[in-house]
Order: sequence, then C-alpha cells, then structure tokens
Amino acid sequence: MTVATDPDPRFANYAHPERLVSTDWLAANLGTPGLVVVESDEDVLLYETGHIEGAVKIDWHTDLNDPVVRDYIDGEGFAKLLGSKGITRDTTVVIYGDKNNWWAAYALWVFSLFGHEDVRLLDGGRAKWEAEGRPYTTDPEKAPSVDYPVVERNDKPIRAYKEDVLAHLGNPLIDVRSPEEFSGERTTAPAYPEEATLRGGHIPSAQNVPWAKAVAEDFGFKSLDELNEIYRDGAGLNDGDSVIAYCRIGERSSHTWFALTHLLGFEGVRNYDGSWTEWGSAVRVPIIKGAEPGEVPTH
Amino acid sequence: MSDALPENLAQIREDFLDLELRDRLQLLLEFSNELPELPERYADHPDLLERVEECQSPVFMFVEVDDNNIVHLFVTAPKEAPTTRGFASILVQGLAGLTVDEVLAVPDDFPQDLGLTEAVSLLRVRGMTALLGRTKRQIREKTAA
Repeated sequence: MTVATDPDPRFANYAHPERLVSTDWLAANLGTPGLVVVESDEDVLLYETGHIEGAVKIDWHTDLNDPVVRDYIDGEGFAKLLGSKGITRDTTVVIYGDKNNWWAAYALWVFSLFGHEDVRLLDGGRAKWEAEGRPYTTDPEKAPSVDYPVVERNDKPIRAYKEDVLAHLGNPLIDVRSPEEFSGERTTAPAYPEEATLRGGHIPSAQNVPWAKAVAEDFGFKSLDELNEIYRDGAGLNDGDSVIAYCRIGERSSHTWFALTHLLGFEGVRNYDGSWTEWGSAVRVPIIKGAEPGEVPTH
Repeated sequence: MSDALPENLAQIREDFLDLELRDRLQLLLEFSNELPELPERYADHPDLLERVEECQSPVFMFVEVDDNNIVHLFVTAPKEAPTTRGFASILVQGLAGLTVDEVLAVPDDFPQDLGLTEAVSLLRVRGMTALLGRTKRQIREKTAA
C-alpha cells in the first residue's frame, strides 16, 4: 500500500479497517502522491455540478459496463480506463459517490474483479462530505496519462453467475432489495424505472436485508456490533458460510458485499450482478412470492 | 421524421449532435441549470403535480393548456439529479410555445435521437421518454371533450 491507512478508531473493529477512510482523513490527504480519488455516481452529471478537488470520474454505465455484452469491460478496457485517470497498479484509490455510495461500492467491486489491491471507500460518500459543509470544485477533470497493466478479470472469487446461484441453493442468500420487490409486489425499487423483468418475487430461501440497513444516520456504515446484529443475528449468517448477495442489477448488493466482506470479514462472499433483472426473466428458475424466504426446491 | 420536428426541438437536437460526446454532457448540464423554478401556484400546491415514476429521482410535472391551445409544461427535480433536470429542461424549452397538436406530433422516440444514449446510457434516457409520454397523456386528458 502506498498511502497510510486511516487510523480512525471508529473503523478499528471492522475486519478490514484499511478499506474505509473518513472525510477527515480524505480532507487531510488530498493531493498526497500515490492517492487518486474517484467519484462514481448514479447521476452521470453530478460530478460536473461539483466534486472533491482533484477527484476523477468513473461512470458505471459508460465506463465500467461493456457497451455490447451484458458484462464488465475486459482487461484491456480497464487498463485503458484507469491509465487515463492517472491510476497505476500501485495507486491507492478512494472511491465515493451519491446515494450512500451505492455506485461507489459497485465501482470498488469491479476494481476488485481486476484485483486492484488498494481500493477504499470514503465512509458516507457525498452525503456526509456535504453534511459537513466540505467544499466541492467544478474544475474539469485533470489526470495525467499513466500506464496500467492489462490484468485479466478474475470473476470467480467474488462474482456469481446464474448457474452459480442455482448450484449454491441451500446456502445463504441475501436479497438486498426493498420488501416490495422481495415479495414480488413490484419488480423495481420504488420510484425506479421498470426494467422489463417478467416475474416478481425472490430466489428461494433468500433473506431480505435491504441494503440501507447497513447505513447509519450520519450516512456512514453502522458499527460492527450493529452490523453483526443485522447480518448474523437477523439474517442468520455464520462464520464459514458461503454467501451470495443480489439485488436488481448488482449495484445495491455491491454495497452489502462490501459490508459482509470488508467490515464483517466473511470470506468468499459473491455478488450476483445478473440479479433480479436476470433471474426474474430466466426460464424455469425457482421463484418464491411473498414475504417469507421459502424453501429450496428438492428436485 | 426529422422534417416533422418543431423548430426548437430540431435546433436542440442539432446542437447536441454537433458536439463530441463529452461536450454533450456539458450542454446537458447547461440545460440542467436552466430548468425554471415552478411558478408559485404550483410550488404551493404539490398535490397538483404528477410524479414521474420512471425517473430515478423524485420528479414532478404538470401540464397546462391555455385558451390559445398552447401547451405549458412545468417540471421540478432536485439539484442532486442534474441529468433528470437536464432532460426536463430540454422538453420545457423545446416544447415552449407549441400547440396541442404540435406537441402530440413530437415523435415518442425523440429523446433517443439527441445523441445522448452513448453519453449517458439508454437506461437514463428512458427518464426523458417517460416525461414526454406523460406530457402527452396529460394534454390528451385536459383536451378531451
């Protein structure tokens, strides 16, 4: 790691405290050599209306997704993107964004598919930065062009495909969507566009833990004790469990993937990015309607 | 299709298509900053506004048809949603001064012709398509005999 981690005692209890930085830490470390700050938002224009000084922008739609196949960019695309943002393989990357870091966590997860070692989240994202009255700039993005190596994406450890989920049935699944989406009452988050899912409901046996339960009132992550109560006591996860998280397209579940992996220390947690937009339209996969998790089919 | 576009909309489309992808975002941001505030009669009566469910941010809109059959579109969206504000502003400016028939004749897929699907993604452009659709529906309801 090229830049020292944030020693903030609020993070000390988490399994991997080096994955978070506080707003104080970031404000004090802006401009530190070896550090690049990345903004990743739901709204593609938000960065232009004002961003943290020196931050570069990476958009989940236009930068991280393959424009043709429903997949992420490949090693060459990633190398080109990061090189153009002044990020080398050794750079410490801190990502922040709107909506309590939904998209920031999603970008961090994609960085992790490529094994970028030192990538961290700004705890609380834009909301906390703004609530604390910290400044933004509208200066255009400025980043030196650097070399980022072509690294092949390694999906297996942290990404699940539909077939993986079918093989996983019987192990814990966390559905992080709203209760209305979980029950099948609706197929998109309240107030979000219909994304052409043909069926409503959830994957059998999935526990419904809406992603925002991990977020505290100050927009940062809740404490370790609170997270344990939600995911271990509430959703029944135990050490050694193999866990898959999903939502609608994999963005909200990236946030939960981050909490389970880096804060609670579960190993081998996978994010099913096909999520409900795939499962809810796939032919002959099992679906449960209603508020109860339901049973895994036996045949 | 393009021949049928009212002048304002045709000009807006031309302005976007003349630009490189990156500059199209800047133009969208300018539109976003130009979205007018709601007139007071609606600011005080949120109940009159219709929520646009397809937009990812809380967006509300209202259509008036005046005695000369001219359409007036009012939209509000939060500053945290500049893309949505930009879409709304394009329609508010592009439809300004048009008659009922002219607005109803605007192609439903106009939002996809602005060269923005690559710059902001097709999914996001759907928010503007939905807004145009709701505008037309409100006009039809208000002008139904």
